[in-house]
Amino acid sequence: MAPLIAARGISKQFAGVEVLSDVDLELKAGEIHALLGENGAGKSTFAKILAGVYRPTRGTIALNGHIADIASPIVAQKLGITLIHQEPISFPDLSVAENLVLGRTAGAPLARVPWAEMAREANHYMHLLGVRIDVTRPMRGLSIADQQMVEIARALASDSRLIIMDEPTAPLTPKEVETLFGIARRLRAEGRTIIFISHRLEEVRQICDRVTIFRDGNKIATEDIGNLSDADIIRLMIGRPLKEYLHKSGHAHIGELALKVEGLTLPGVFRDISFEVRKGEIVGLGGLVGAGRTDVARAIFGIAPAESGTIEVNGQEVSITDPSQAIGLGLAFVPEDRAVAGIFRTLSTEQNITAAVPWQIAPGGLIRGALERAMAQDSVRRLRIRLASLRQPIGELSGGNQQKSILARWLLTDPTVLILDEPTRGIDIGVKAEFYDMIGELAAAGRAILLISSELPELIALCDRVLVMSEGRITADIPRAEATQEKIMSAAVPQAREVAA
Amino acid sequence: MNVLLTLLRRREAGIAVMIALFCLAVGTVKPQFLTLDQMRIILLLTPLIMIGAMGQMMVIVARHVDLSIGSMLGFSAMVSGMLYRFDATWFGFDVPWWTGVPLSIAVGALLGFGNGILIQLFKLPAIIVTLGTLSLYRGMTFIISDAKQIDRQWIPSEIKGLSQTSILTIPKDFPIAGGFNIPWIVIVAFGVAVLTYLFLMHTRIGRQIYALGSNPVAAPLRGINVAAVTLLVFTISGALSGLAGIMYASRWGFVNPSNTGSGFEFQVIAAVVIGGVSINGGVGTVLGTVLGVLLLGCVAAALPLLGIPGTAQSAIYGSVILVALLIDRTVRRQGIASLKRVRA
Amino acid sequence: MNAESPAVATGHDAAPPRPRWQVLLIRPETMTLILLILGVFAGSLLSPFFLDINYILRSFTLYSEFAIVALVLTMVIIAGEIDLSPAANMALSACIFAWLQANGMPIPVAVVLGLVSGLAMGAVNAFFVIALQLPSIIVTIGTLTLYRGLAQIIAGDKSIRVPEWFIGVDKIMLVGIPLPVVLFIILAIVLGVVLGNTIFGRQIYQIGTNDVAARHAGIRSARIKVGLFLLVGVVAAFAGIMTASRLGSVRYDLGLGGELQMVLMAMLGGTYIFGGRGTILGTFLAAWLLVIVSTGMIVANVLPAVQLVVLGALLIVSIIATNLIYSRTQR
Repeated sequence: MAPLIAARGISKQFAGVEVLSDVDLELKAGEIHALLGENGAGKSTFAKILAGVYRPTRGTIALNGHIADIASPIVAQKLGITLIHQEPISFPDLSVAENLVLGRTAGAPLARVPWAEMAREANHYMHLLGVRIDVTRPMRGLSIADQQMVEIARALASDSRLIIMDEPTAPLTPKEVETLFGIARRLRAEGRTIIFISHRLEEVRQICDRVTIFRDGNKIATEDIGNLSDADIIRLMIGRPLKEYLHKSGHAHIGELALKVEGLTLPGVFRDISFEVRKGEIVGLGGLVGAGRTDVARAIFGIAPAESGTIEVNGQEVSITDPSQAIGLGLAFVPEDRAVAGIFRTLSTEQNITAAVPWQIAPGGLIRGALERAMAQDSVRRLRIRLASLRQPIGELSGGNQQKSILARWLLTDPTVLILDEPTRGIDIGVKAEFYDMIGELAAAGRAILLISSELPELIALCDRVLVMSEGRITADIPRAEATQEKIMSAAVPQAREVAA
Repeated sequence: MNVLLTLLRRREAGIAVMIALFCLAVGTVKPQFLTLDQMRIILLLTPLIMIGAMGQMMVIVARHVDLSIGSMLGFSAMVSGMLYRFDATWFGFDVPWWTGVPLSIAVGALLGFGNGILIQLFKLPAIIVTLGTLSLYRGMTFIISDAKQIDRQWIPSEIKGLSQTSILTIPKDFPIAGGFNIPWIVIVAFGVAVLTYLFLMHTRIGRQIYALGSNPVAAPLRGINVAAVTLLVFTISGALSGLAGIMYASRWGFVNPSNTGSGFEFQVIAAVVIGGVSINGGVGTVLGTVLGVLLLGCVAAALPLLGIPGTAQSAIYGSVILVALLIDRTVRRQGIASLKRVRA
Repeated sequence: MNAESPAVATGHDAAPPRPRWQVLLIRPETMTLILLILGVFAGSLLSPFFLDINYILRSFTLYSEFAIVALVLTMVIIAGEIDLSPAANMALSACIFAWLQANGMPIPVAVVLGLVSGLAMGAVNAFFVIALQLPSIIVTIGTLTLYRGLAQIIAGDKSIRVPEWFIGVDKIMLVGIPLPVVLFIILAIVLGVVLGNTIFGRQIYQIGTNDVAARHAGIRSARIKVGLFLLVGVVAAFAGIMTASRLGSVRYDLGLGGELQMVLMAMLGGTYIFGGRGTILGTFLAAWLLVIVSTGMIVANVLPAVQLVVLGALLIVSIIATNLIYSRTQR
């Protein structure tokens, strides 16, 4: 019997860079198949190719033995492939029921909308999933978890042969996860196939039959889950000896208090956050996405200030309501999403580097080109930024060099406290190593560093201490000697879930 | 109690209350405001805006805006007017009186389609494109008409009759509104509103307009043909402007190259935003828009009674737009706040 | 937890840069300049007047008020906002000025109050756009209607005359150039330096390119935008009063439809409608281009109506061209 899906030699390039190369994968009917890998390993890209979101640069996909051209999400839908996005797609102003059927039902443009039937069907699936949502209310205001449930209901309703779930459990409560897994098992029993993308090994073990591991755009292995231990999986995922992460050259001298945060609270986002970072110290901030790590950083930096709590910089209590104040106090913040909050894409790299130090390049009020050029040139040399010309728009640089430019921008402000939010995300391995060196050097030079990262090995290797956040609170403060992936993970996963698992 | 609260929270209820309060307030100062005669005046003030507002509403729900509707109105009215004026010269016979109606609608649709093409094909912001075509179409009106007005005698009496003769006269002895008659153009305007309601709420494509405005990025992922929907809303907006054009000829009995339709866009946008159509797309109801139009009609009718000069109208439309924006923002804020609570 | 979007996935080395001459040649301003030269050339075939600089300068005075406002508007558009209300602002400030002086206020005081009212109108726009975070497009459509309406209330359907001695700012010559044109040139130079060579100008480009990133870099974008709206307000008021002096009387429909011409000047000069790109030089050249085109049409006895068509078409063509140029040169 032909496999449900047979992908052959799938490759994908973005702007000339190969993010997926020659992936072969077969999916059987009636299996739950996990895709594992580090961030940027290619698993989501692969899933999106199956779902018609991206078209492969090379390679073919056969469905039940017939080559299929999955040209768009709609084609995928018609072929019975549904992708449940990590961030649920929703039309906030349409009702829950409408969101459920939109794009699924066919019909003439002027065909009548069967409101009653739609609501009935939606209620049926909500009941099946065990969620209580009024299907006639608009999607706006629904929690992320509920939106996720609507997406899942959508996949159920569309009678798909292949359902791809991209980290579906992240926002769900333990009970909802149980329900979801129950449904997944039932779908499998009906002969449907599920691709399950997750970072949580215990969940993968709970429901998956086989796993495929991706690393750096390549498929590394496909195995029955029973044949692999957790250690095997992690070894296959990381693939390189762990020493690559061990870049903290010796221990910097840990000096006096640079940043102290006490009782920081922003209702609904984070509560009672207290910690300190000393000069020369690298403090990690771990936790799942959505735990509130970035929000704490944004609050400290004055982008979205907290409602209560105190911040002390160099022993002085301060009030920061705008990033410009934070910069004045010697804080610097390399944001998580470079494209959104970091770079000025179409402006020159030079301008991007000097953006945070206007007073330095324009001493008399007018910008002194030569001065600016010299400062930028110096940064480029020190951070080994690879570019053709300082006048080149930063958008033309590679991700790693863009990130270095942003770091350069902040180093020009000579910060006491440097907050790095996922600084190595989406960056080539080689450049990553350079970053680890740099972070170590910065600490050695006496700067206090707060490093937010989702990559556990990164936290363990680089940090003197690792704070872990979960659901808006700090749940652990682990010294370097005791930091392990298991310890960080167990503090990051919400407590209630552990009980259920 | 809860039901009552939800009802009150709805935007439409808010506007209805505003209309009632406004009428009562004016009525206490000038009792004649609350008469049937006055209601007829209000009804006659609104049809053009109502028709235009239905098109504009669709455009705004789809997260665009159409500034060119006044010029499209003027152009299509002029084309029809010229048909009536020169039919004998051109064809050697008089065309039937009704030909102007489909002609005007078709011409408007064509102009609106032009807007849509420019916006969709070149991915340009609707505001700038329609600012350009506002001028372009107005200039074309001058050119085809040789800057001359189509005078009263050329507009067929049947067309003019549409805004005078009524098909619906409430019998004299009827207790509440005896002797009240409703002219054709009011019927047409409400007919357009009903059709718009059916189209937006009960057809697939209508729902796709909301979906597109609600989340333009995700729309193609759900199989929505963004280009088709965009073209459609601008074409409809044009077609309805065309209909409003022939109604203009009916109502005022002439077509002037510079006056006809000028400033129409501001009245219509004011009506639509006060009716609760969100400028951020995806939100808005026909009922709300109709009430918005009626509110503007009440205000316009009250001005002369209160001794406020007609020159104040434009200022009032402007303030209405700003007030509506304020309300829209407050409502949206509450929405965001409630979202935060759910996530917490 | 996966960040595999194309924007992030770009790896390895940077693309080679374009040669300098190519970069210069495909700037929109270069297009504007070429069009301007072509325009003068075509005009001179049409009528010898076009080679008479005095004739051109005189023609320019008719458009100088819009051109002056367009310079500031360019900065607003680069900052990622838009203001459609300055033409109505011109009318209202001029009406306030004219009404005050007609009611016995000394002219200097009336001028100052007119300017203050323009500033206030800018402040109203800024309040709605920045404090309330509403889209500037729709806000300024609202205020455009409001300001024009208030002008109509003040002036009614009549025109308000200004005293004889105040009339004729366009007749004052400075080294052979009409004063409004001199003012336009001076303002263009000043704003050109501000936009091109100061931190304020630099930050305008940055907030227009990426407002979020600008905020993260400590740039006070709200403050800068408020400043720009205020500047448009006061400059529009100045232009309105100048128009009053040129025309000798003020009606509520002063500068009617001017928003089109102002936006057109900015767009023709290569200002990017989505913000972040554009120059004062471009708008400066575009203003002259527009004068040449408009005057050319008058000389060629083209109906005023056709001019409307041409202006509208020019606006659309210029944004299409600018968009194409930018999308080709920048990824």
